[in-house]
Amino acid sequence: MLPFICRRVGYALLILLGVTFITYLLLFLLPADPARQIAGRSATPEVVAAIRAQLGLDLPFYQQYLSYLGNLLHGDLGRSYIQRTAVSELIGARLRPSLELMAAGIGFELLIGISLGMLAALKRDSFADKLLMAFSFVGVSAPQFIAAMLFLYFFAVQLGWFPLGGYGGASHLMLPALTLGLLGSGWYSRMVRSSMIEVLHQDFIRTARAKGLSRARIVFVHVLPNAIVPVIPMIGIDIGVFMGGLVVVESVFGWPGIGQLAWQSIQQVDIPVIVGVTTLSAVAIVLGNLLADLVIPLVDPRIDIKQH
Amino acid sequence: MNTLKALLRRPAVAVSLLFIVTVVLLAALAPWLSPFDPDEQFVEGLTMEGAPMAPATPYWMGTDLLGRDLLSRLIFGARTSLFIGVLANGLAVLIGTLVGLTAGFVRGWLGSVLMRLTDLMMAFPALLLAIALSAIFQPSVWIVAMVIAMVNWVQIARVIYAETVALSARDFVAVERTLGASSMRILFSHLLPHLLPTILVWATLGISTTVLLEATLSYLGVGVQPPTPSWGNIIFESQTYFTSAPWLVFIPGAAIILLSLAFNLVGDALRDELDPTLKGRR
Repeated sequence: MLPFICRRVGYALLILLGVTFITYLLLFLLPADPARQIAGRSATPEVVAAIRAQLGLDLPFYQQYLSYLGNLLHGDLGRSYIQRTAVSELIGARLRPSLELMAAGIGFELLIGISLGMLAALKRDSFADKLLMAFSFVGVSAPQFIAAMLFLYFFAVQLGWFPLGGYGGASHLMLPALTLGLLGSGWYSRMVRSSMIEVLHQDFIRTARAKGLSRARIVFVHVLPNAIVPVIPMIGIDIGVFMGGLVVVESVFGWPGIGQLAWQSIQQVDIPVIVGVTTLSAVAIVLGNLLADLVIPLVDPRIDIKQH
Repeated sequence: MNTLKALLRRPAVAVSLLFIVTVVLLAALAPWLSPFDPDEQFVEGLTMEGAPMAPATPYWMGTDLLGRDLLSRLIFGARTSLFIGVLANGLAVLIGTLVGLTAGFVRGWLGSVLMRLTDLMMAFPALLLAIALSAIFQPSVWIVAMVIAMVNWVQIARVIYAETVALSARDFVAVERTLGASSMRILFSHLLPHLLPTILVWATLGISTTVLLEATLSYLGVGVQPPTPSWGNIIFESQTYFTSAPWLVFIPGAAIILLSLAFNLVGDALRDELDPTLKGRR
């Protein structure tokens, strides 16, 4: 187990290094000049050059990147060009709302996805099954911003059940989390449905039935734990999808999280913040996949990690 | 032909195909079919207060914040959305197939490098990358298509890689090799035909993802730029009027969802029909 973990963690670090390199390279190629933006339109070329030297923007690419990496090891993500504060502080202030939204969103996703998938599998080929699968199709085909605006219009503007957006307690959290959860649940319900149908056909389920176990016991004790295994790596992959979803949903609902920060910094060409958020997202994605890889052998002992 | 017949026998798929054909026709014949010039700002297209007009004659789907006819903009917007959908996805499928096929067939260090590259791309938050890329380049229809292709090829590469590896291990490839067939011959006359169904499925399913991504980028203002209409930027332009003129958001929104849904349904049915191992499992 230990060598496997070491190899996976080492590989994860390598991936992160690659992500920071590509992000940094992309932004280095950016035609916009951050020094000119900071200095303002009326600044003299001397002032712009001074700012450029101060930020180290006149150094060759590899020097800029290496000094960035060196600072990163100390947990220093650099300073925002626009707001003049440390990027880690900016991200830190936004982390909590985003984590709340993500947790609630993934919670909804799993709750809706797994229960609908179960229902569809148990009532296979019935009208309810077809309806649920049609719903999951619409869910994965709808862009988040349209669903977000639809919910906002009906539940907040028309019915007034929820506030129009902004940060706050559960009532503020409900609509953005439901948008993320409802749309994402389609993948889960389809996966749970097909994996449950497969498990339902296994011999041990027939044995369980023959033993006279109750239906509920068979479904929850024998079928569900087996059918849910493929969902675990999906949560890992899903974190990447969620990071994109956060940008859209946070911008529609005015939720002050990482996604909104990313969006603002992209518009302002605030490079340190863009790199910081991208790196953070990549960390979240790599960590999610890593955790999923490590958890699966624990949940399902049949999966042999030595094969990987 | 048999596949097409089998597809048409499913009502949902037949309706989806009909919808896709309609949108393609609308896009192709836009100058003749649209009731007004999509860019003309009608003085009588705004209410006395200067607000957009609700759907009524002569503007069947209402007007937007500048008094332009929404229906005409939608019809011309179909051009942009379809063009980007097909072009971007075509590019993504091409890159994905090339990378997956090379990595799966050549293996060795080149294969590992290519697959590590896909691992790397998987760790990028796709939407964030796309937004950053289109913010860097001045977005035009072509740039948006390139950006989407650069983000979307990864999944296809992985699927093609897995299938190529599995196919290469099959006996018929070994037989060809012992018969002295060149690598190129094996690749193009034996592996590629077996991969065609998968490629076809992704060429269809992928358009759905592409249409969604284009709409999202345009909605965020980094996609297709106004005045060129696209279904996403119609919503981007009208979002300030969203509570008073919801049709400006929901009509193009419905168009986006329906087009994406149609390609999704057709692609999914195509996968069922073309993959014999799936038969009877549903």
